[in-house]
Parts: sequence; structure tokens; C-alpha cells
Amino acid sequence: MYDRGKVIAGIIIFLALVTFPFFYKTGKANVQIEPKINTPVIEGLSEKKCVESKEFMRANHMQLLNEWRDAAVRDGQRTYVASDGKSYAISLQNTCMNCHSNKKEFCDTCHSYTGVKPYCWDCHIAPMEAKR
Amino acid sequence: MLDRVLTGSRRYWAWMGFLSLIIGLGVASYLYQFNYGLGITGLSRDVSWGLYIGQLTFFVGVAASAVMLVIPYYLHDYKKFGKIVILGEFLAIAAVTVCILFIFVDLGQPTRIMNVMLHPTPNSILFWDATVLNGYLFLNLVIGWATLSADYKGGRPPKWVKPLIYLSIPWAISIHTVTAFLYAGLPGRHFWLTAILAARFLASAFAGGPALLIVLALIVRKVSKFDPGTEAIQTLGKIVTYAMFLNVFFLGLELFTAFYSQIPGHTHPFKYLYVGLEGHSKLVPMMWISSILAIGSLAVLLNPKFRKNEAVLAVACISLFISLWIDKGFGLIVGGFVPNPFEGVTEYWPTLPEFLIACGVWAIGLLVLTALYKVAISVREETADVELEH
Amino acid sequence: MSIDRRDFIKIAGITALSGAGGFSVLDKMLGEGLIEASETATEATSKKRWGMVIDVSKFKTEEDYKKVIEACHRTHNVPDLGNPKDEIKWIWTDTFEHTFPGQETDYMAESMKHKPFLMLCNHCEKPPCVRVCPTKATFKRPDGIVMMDYHRCIGCRFCMAACPFGARSFNWKDPRPALKSVNAEYPTRTKGVVEKCNFCADRIDKGLLPACVEASNGAMLFGDLNDPDSEVRKALGSHYAIRRKNELGTRPSVYYIIGGKENA
Repeated sequence: MYDRGKVIAGIIIFLALVTFPFFYKTGKANVQIEPKINTPVIEGLSEKKCVESKEFMRANHMQLLNEWRDAAVRDGQRTYVASDGKSYAISLQNTCMNCHSNKKEFCDTCHSYTGVKPYCWDCHIAPMEAKR
Repeated sequence: MLDRVLTGSRRYWAWMGFLSLIIGLGVASYLYQFNYGLGITGLSRDVSWGLYIGQLTFFVGVAASAVMLVIPYYLHDYKKFGKIVILGEFLAIAAVTVCILFIFVDLGQPTRIMNVMLHPTPNSILFWDATVLNGYLFLNLVIGWATLSADYKGGRPPKWVKPLIYLSIPWAISIHTVTAFLYAGLPGRHFWLTAILAARFLASAFAGGPALLIVLALIVRKVSKFDPGTEAIQTLGKIVTYAMFLNVFFLGLELFTAFYSQIPGHTHPFKYLYVGLEGHSKLVPMMWISSILAIGSLAVLLNPKFRKNEAVLAVACISLFISLWIDKGFGLIVGGFVPNPFEGVTEYWPTLPEFLIACGVWAIGLLVLTALYKVAISVREETADVELEH
Repeated sequence: MSIDRRDFIKIAGITALSGAGGFSVLDKMLGEGLIEASETATEATSKKRWGMVIDVSKFKTEEDYKKVIEACHRTHNVPDLGNPKDEIKWIWTDTFEHTFPGQETDYMAESMKHKPFLMLCNHCEKPPCVRVCPTKATFKRPDGIVMMDYHRCIGCRFCMAACPFGARSFNWKDPRPALKSVNAEYPTRTKGVVEKCNFCADRIDKGLLPACVEASNGAMLFGDLNDPDSEVRKALGSHYAIRRKNELGTRPSVYYIIGGKENA
């Protein structure tokens, strides 16, 4: 191999740069992000429960939203029957955001922290919130 | 072989630098389009495809034209094309690259482009167009590289290349047929709804592509020690002549059907393009330039005496290329949208950012072409005295 | 257009019986009858097929049209961009000549010549837009509604080239700034996607009428074209009605009663 020294040094520098974020964070405590659910609608609920359990929603809300999207748009199926037998209208704007009217403190806190930018809000209208 | 790209004369680097500059301008313009949306183009509700899709169509033809070298050489054992066939294959690679980029820059939601593969839809011609274009790119990369490295090492290309070469022949026809089917199957677009469209596309491709190749071969001879061969260039000249004659003939057939039947829907787009419709005539000068160049270049090419003079041949090929570029890369698309479904006329003209993005794509194509030709030329220069074995 | 296992067995069985071979399978797979000689009505099925009848004579004043168009555009957050280049519209009006090209005559009554006609997506039975879409972002529901899935659209605009009715608009830029008022219950669109009338699929799924029909004061009828007792079928059975560009064979679901009752 020509320029063996330079090539190997180059590879090492490259790997160091690429893995830098992992080393940088190792050993440091993770910030706990807790999305707020203290909206007036949720406060008024007798049982504070989303369409599915908190754990399920936390882990799977994106898949559920994709399923809802396809069900409503593609199959004309606009009612969701939850695992506890209750029915909900399938609508991000009118069902999800009716309770979670605090998009900034609910959706955005986690999404900003994890650096994901879902394109939901390019089209769907976020609830009116007081500017903070 | 690839390292040949990284060594070259000052002139080579100046040219590559110039192309990079144009690409930079194109990328900057594209970022503007990406942020604002396709509204920065001259496109509208009525003329919803323009320069980008026209250029896609035109360059699919350039890509397909490699088959005009492959057929004589591999099917008819026409040895004179032995050294030049690689130029055709590499031109095809650059042209398909340009096509794919033009599709990409035309998308309103480019980040979702993989949806075409995630939700494959066989009843959509665009799905097939993407499939055959990528397949053709792959075929030419593999074939071109395998045959050239065999020449480089001084041996025969591996056996598995032959079937791929034979496959590339119908495949080349397919890419341009499928591209014609994008248009020829749409109800209500009279200009495109014609059974002869695919045939016209192929004829113009087999004229325009080899015409470009002649010019490129003459440039290659000038800037390097590799001579693609006078006889090979002359044979290409004949191919260009026949194909261009067919192309003009096919256009004549369209004109006859439209104007003898006098069905308004069929005549309107032609009227718009060549004389103007309802006072709208933005494309008329361009279309006449195209027609004059077509007839002029054909007249020159038909005469063997002119054709044998390489300077005259070059001028005729450049004229012919420009003529087809206007006719197919622009007029054909815009003409399909005029008049609109309400029999109204909306005109289209590209904007500056749109033009710069197109320039960027062309420059990327030229950069790819230059790099590939650099490799091919280097190999040819180094093995100038060796007889080819495939 | 997906077919489930039962449909497939049915289709395969019919094919085997008729001995028609590959063509009819291909035909069914493509789902829109690419290969079909006869253009007469398809056999009655238990399936719904939503359709619309516009009684042109019942539109009298400028206000009648405006009401309908505004109801639609307000409900669906359709922006008014103020220039024809960027224009987005789901329902709009134009003259007879532009609505029914080739149907006009030199000696038409002036009143008819200058009368506005409403246009919207025809929700064709054989929609060319659906045929050409490379991602199934536009598709036909079993009830005949031609829908857009804005999440999936890549903005290639093939559907706009394919639609013979000019029903489709493209978002050449972010439409939101151009919205004067926002219906918070319905989404907007984003730049780079194609949009069009969806026959108010969301309202129909809830058992409501399309917004335009509701606002039309009976000048527009909506119902199941496959049900002989539906309001639309009764209207079509007792009046002469036309469709736009019938000759193209896309089989629109929007009908126009041109002359009103007296011409029936």
C-alpha cells in the first residue's frame, strides 16, 4: 500500500471524529425530559388516560399515528377502537391535540431533545398557544 | 484506472474547475428552490412541466443512442467501432446521470423520492421509467468498466459481460420507449397522444446522440493522443443522417395528420409552437430556429462531399444537436400543455434560478463525462498499439 | 388498488371460466379497466359510487356560485394566492366553452354562452391521475372517491399532466401565508404537493354532505350513483345531463343538468 502511514492516520482521525459524540456523552447523566400534560382538557378528565397506556404511547405513538394516518386517509376508517374497547375519532388535529393542546411543552420538548423533526405540522395545524 | 482522473494537464484542471463553479451556482440555486418551492420556476398550474422534464426527455435519448455503437460493433462485428464504443457507453452513463438529476430537481418533495420504491406502482409509467433508467445506468457502468479494464490489462473481458451487452441493446430501446409512454398515454393531451411518439423519440435520439458523439470524438482527438478513428466518425455521420431524416419524416407525419384532419385539438399545439395561438407566440422564434437548423443540417449531411469534411460535419452536428435540443428538450413538453384543458393559453418561460439549476445539472453531466473520458483516453493512449481482443 | 385474496380467487375463477386469458386478469389487476371495449355502464354492484349532479339552471346570481366556492375553500383551507401562476382551486367557475370544450356552437344563446359553470374534480371511475401516480399517493376509494394522500405525494406532477379536466393544483410555495382565515379542524397543505377536491371524504365518512352541496341550496345533488332510488339517480333519470369530455372514457362522476326541468 502506498502512503501507509498517511492512510492509517487518516482513518484514525476519521474514526475519532465520527465517534466523538458518543465519547463526549459517555458517563454524563442524561437529562430527563418530561413532557407536560397539564392542559385544561386533561385536568378535567375523570381518568387521565390517553387512547392507549402511557408506556405504549411513549414508545409507539409514531407507529400509531402512521396507522391512524393510513386508516383515515387511505381506508376511510375514521374510528379507532382502543385495546380497552373505547372508541376515538381518528384525527391528529381534533383528537390528539384536543387534549394535548400544549404542543410546545408536549410534542416539542422531546422532539427537540432527540433531534427529530416530524413533518406533521407542515400541514396539520397546531393548537393556538400563548407565545412564551 | 480511476486514478487517471486525478492526474492531468493545467487545461484539464481549468475545465474541471470551471464545471465545479457552474455546479456550485446550480447547487446554490437548488437550495433556494428547495427552501421556497418550485414557485421559483416559470412553471404554473397550466404548464406544470417545463425545462427540467424536457431535458430529462432529451437526455434519455442521448443515453439510448449508445446502442447505435453497440449494435454495429457487437451484432455486426463492425471493427471500426471497437475503440469508440466505450465513448458511447460512457456518454450514456453521464446522460443517465443527468436524467436522474433532472427528475430529482423537478420533484416538489424530493426528500420523499424513495416512496417510488417503497410503494412500487406498476401501472405508473414513471415507476417504470425510474426502474429502466437505473437499470441502464447499472448496465453501462458494468459493461463500460469491464471492457475498458480488460483493454487496460491487455486481455479479454470476462465472459459474463457479453450477455449484459446483448441485454443493453433492447434495454436502450426500452428507456426511450418508456419515456415516450410517459406522454403518449395521457388522455386529453392531444399533442402527445400519438402512437408515433416513441418512434419519433428513438429517431431523434439516434440522430442527436451520435451527433454529440461525433463532436466529442473530434474534441477527444484534438486534446489527446487517442484517435477514435476517421472511418468510425464517418460511419456515425451516416447514422446521424439516416436517423435525422426519419425524425423529420415522422414530424411531417404528425403535421399531416393534424392539419389534414383539421381536428382543432390536434392542430392547436402545432399552431402555438410554429405561428402562435390566440396572440401567444413566445416559443415561435425558437421553434423556427430549430426547424431551420434541422433542415439545414440535414441538407448538409445528405451530401457525402460535405459530410466527409470534418469541419463541416462538426458544424452540421452541432446545428442538428441544437435543433433537437429545442424541439424535444423544450417545445415538446410545453406544446403538450398548450392549450390547457380549458382551451386557454398559458405561456411558460424558464426563470433565471431554474436555468441555473439546469446549468448545474448539465455541468454535473459534463464533469462525469470528462472524468470517464479521461479514464478511457488514458487507457487508449497507453494501449494505442495493442489490437483489441473483444 | 389492492385486491384481497377472495377477490383474486374470484377474478382468477372468472378468467378461467371465460377463457379470456391474461387480458382480463391484467385488466382487473390494473383495477381500472384498461382493456375494455364497451364504455357502457358497469354492472350494478352492492358497492357505493358517490356522484354529483349540478343543476345549472338553479344557479342564478353571482352570489349562488360564490357561496358554494367559499364553503369549500374555507372548509379545506384552500388559499387564495392572487395570481394565476400559483393558483390553487378545488372548485371554480368558467364559461361553457371552457368547461365543455368542443361542445359550443356558433349560435348558442348569449345567456348560456356567458353563464358560469362550476368545475371540480370529476372523481372519474377510470381516473388517469390514479393510473399514472408512481407512489399511489392519489388513489380511488372503493366508493369511487379519488383521494390524495398528501403524506405520500412526491410532487412529480404526473397527475396534473394526466388529468384532462385541469382539476389539480400544485403548491408552488408554502400556502399558509396566503390563508386569510384558517379552519382549525382541517389541515392545510405543504409546499411541493398536488391537491384537489376530495368530495369531502371526511364529511361523507361522518354521514355529512359535501360542503359545497350543503351550501348550494339544492342546486347541487350528491348521492350514490349505484342506487337507483338515490336523489342523484332520480335527477339523472328525469333530466338530460352531460359530463365533461365524455369521449375520453374516464367516466366522470359529476353530471351537469344544463337546461333545467323544462328541457328534460
